[in-house]
Amino acid sequence: MIAELGSFSLMVALAVALVQGILPIVGAARGNAAWMRLARPAARALFVLVVVAAACLVISFLRDDFSVVYVATNSTRALPLRYKVAAFWGGHEGSMLLWLLILSFWMFAVSLFSRHLPQEMVARILGVMGLIAVGFLLFILLTSSPFERLIPAPEEGRDLNPLLQDPGMVAHPPMLYMGYVGFSVAFAFAIAALLGGNLDATWARWSRPWTTVAWSFLTLGICLGSAWAYYTLGWGGWWFWDPVENASFMPWLAGTALMHSLAVTEKRGGFKVWTVLLAIFAFSLSLLGTFLVRSGVLTSVHAFANDPRRGVFILLFLSIVIGGSLALYAWRAPKVGLGERFELISRETMLLTNNVLFLSAAGAVLLGTLYPLFLDALGLSKISVGPPYFDVVFVPLMTPGLFLMGIGPLARWKQANLPEIGIRLKWAFGVSLITALLLPLALGRWSGLAAFGLWLALWIFAATMVNLWSRLRPLPVSGLVARLRALPLGYLGMLTAHVGVAVFITGVTLVKTYESEKDVQMDIGDTVTMGPYTFKFNGVTNGARENYLYARGAFEVSRNGHVLTTMSPEKHQFVVSKGEPSTVAAINRGFTRDLYVALGEQDGSSPTAWVVRVYYKPFVDWIWGGCLVMAIGGVLALSDRRYRFARSTARDVAEPTLSATAAA
Amino acid sequence: MRYLRYLIPLAAFVVLTGFLMKGLWMDPHTVPSPLIDKPAPEFRLTQVADPGKSIGRDDMLGKVWLLNVWASWCVSCREEHPVLVEFAKTGMVPIYGLDYKDTRDEALKWLERLGNPYQASLFDPDGRVGIDYGVYGVPETYVIDRTGTIRYKQIGPITPEILHDKIVPLLRKLNA
Repeated sequence: MIAELGSFSLMVALAVALVQGILPIVGAARGNAAWMRLARPAARALFVLVVVAAACLVISFLRDDFSVVYVATNSTRALPLRYKVAAFWGGHEGSMLLWLLILSFWMFAVSLFSRHLPQEMVARILGVMGLIAVGFLLFILLTSSPFERLIPAPEEGRDLNPLLQDPGMVAHPPMLYMGYVGFSVAFAFAIAALLGGNLDATWARWSRPWTTVAWSFLTLGICLGSAWAYYTLGWGGWWFWDPVENASFMPWLAGTALMHSLAVTEKRGGFKVWTVLLAIFAFSLSLLGTFLVRSGVLTSVHAFANDPRRGVFILLFLSIVIGGSLALYAWRAPKVGLGERFELISRETMLLTNNVLFLSAAGAVLLGTLYPLFLDALGLSKISVGPPYFDVVFVPLMTPGLFLMGIGPLARWKQANLPEIGIRLKWAFGVSLITALLLPLALGRWSGLAAFGLWLALWIFAATMVNLWSRLRPLPVSGLVARLRALPLGYLGMLTAHVGVAVFITGVTLVKTYESEKDVQMDIGDTVTMGPYTFKFNGVTNGARENYLYARGAFEVSRNGHVLTTMSPEKHQFVVSKGEPSTVAAINRGFTRDLYVALGEQDGSSPTAWVVRVYYKPFVDWIWGGCLVMAIGGVLALSDRRYRFARSTARDVAEPTLSATAAA
Repeated sequence: MRYLRYLIPLAAFVVLTGFLMKGLWMDPHTVPSPLIDKPAPEFRLTQVADPGKSIGRDDMLGKVWLLNVWASWCVSCREEHPVLVEFAKTGMVPIYGLDYKDTRDEALKWLERLGNPYQASLFDPDGRVGIDYGVYGVPETYVIDRTGTIRYKQIGPITPEILHDKIVPLLRKLNA
């Protein structure tokens, strides 16, 4: 019954979504206030209905109702409670329901926090989101219902994919989807503005916080996914340029460009057409990502069961949403106008350059991801594009952008003075360059690549500090904390996020240059040495927990002869699914380095011998630390006073404000 | 002319859609197996029903047969199974199963419950033979001819349409 209630709830939701997607938009076009007023209650009702459906699925999991196909495929009786809940998004059907749940959550949020928006705007925004919901509801009901029955019900389920039975996987998909789907709000704002023809600074101010919060979630989501891959795939990598990773990275790149472009539109009324296009791109890439992952067009490590019917449906949906909005853009954008003029040397130019670079990077990732598909479709060879391509393309594209990151925030709007900026930043430039040239020597081995990466990181950090100091110094209050508090949070958020980028680059550079790994066969008592660290293998013990058998290795780690700790990597063999055993690496984390040990296979030579992988990863945690700092920057910018007391009027925007900066 | 550049994004998207459309129909369902028209890889495995009896590739020489890769944990196999049970009744071709990464107990229970279309099922608990045959996922089906050459590979469940349009005509030709 529960599953049927879920299905039924989704069907009612479809009817509500149709009302929400059609009447308010028509009402806005005809000036029918009653139809426009339907948008909010419809969005709220839709949210409640989707929550009911989601609850039905959770209850089916908790009750081990294996007569539901989706539960039978993704759970077992012995599955621990937290994973029974997380199994919700362990497969295709549930992931789509999660997508819809989060979309309706965003709609609900818009319906609550839109009191200061004009009626037509709200009607159009919620209407556009309602139409997206119609698409996803149809997709779920027609091709991917998680409530299908399996009669007769099996005695036991097939178990959740062992790779997903991990705390990181409980949080990663919801975070990622919050970001992905969150761009639908910015998209809906853009479409609403195109429909209404009022693309002004007020519009930019309204869509900015929504974009920033979606971006922060996406940043965290990607970060969690990467951290998860690091410790469960057992070979210490943190980014693989896998199509599924790329699918989440492309909207991030477009979203970052969008955030910066919105700043210009809000502050200077410029880049209007650009901003709209970027909002369309960011959400289109989210949808495209969903398509790539779900349709089976690209086979990847993450590939789920493939069903061409689903692929056709998503492609159709994609064509309507993206094709439709790009057509609307081609029709309406020429009337919007380009916005304010600016000089060649100005903050606008730098932000424009940043946008172009980010977009080119997104294009390069898209090309790399789809290249095998293109070749194949043209009847040429079957090849795959790997990290070498992405490294070659990505680094040169991002480098100028990262360099500009130091200068941009100091440049004036409209017209900046290059020599003046040069004078202000000469120390930052000199100090960062010299430090970067010398630092690799202190780390043991000079490397040009390391020096270059460190220089970029130090340059961003130093220029950001110069920027901060130039704003702090003239303030009339004393004391660092009091001065910091006097600055707008939007500005501090931007600086924080930029520092996060510097932290991230430091991590990437140092891991790439100085990491070392050893792949060895070890029997009890054997040791392996890596730099100052010695790892002694003390054998493996076996046992059982909750729903799996484990083999737990013991490695005594010492540094220069002093015992430091014992590390215990594990292999898990899940009882029900009988798949490949999964690896849980032992990681000894530190501020400046990780020690990483993973058990490979049992070695044939002796019953107690194992293949063991040992890694030394300097500064690897800075990679995720940097992402975290970026996301914190986003949250800070979001807490800016001008959003909290947003009584947005045109007058407010026209005033020259203190926070003359892009948030993030 | 001035408006034309606003159409660029749309035009680029249309091209992209064309490729995605084409991609949908190629990958990975019609990936040509490198093994097509090559000799079937050697194997010798015990039977699921009787650990004492084994079957090897060369025992099959001289007849056309189907090798169907299945497992009791495989949900798509449940979908495919009735099609195979029905087809086995026609007696057109002997069907052999390759029970992939499974346990004997579960496998036998599964066959008892859902019917057994197989002359025999080969027991491949660690998937070693599956690897030799390039198994992408379960289920998969191979048509092997009298000389022990693989003539066709089906990735994913056999549907009545595939059976009717591809496998039966091929079997007629091979048996002729």
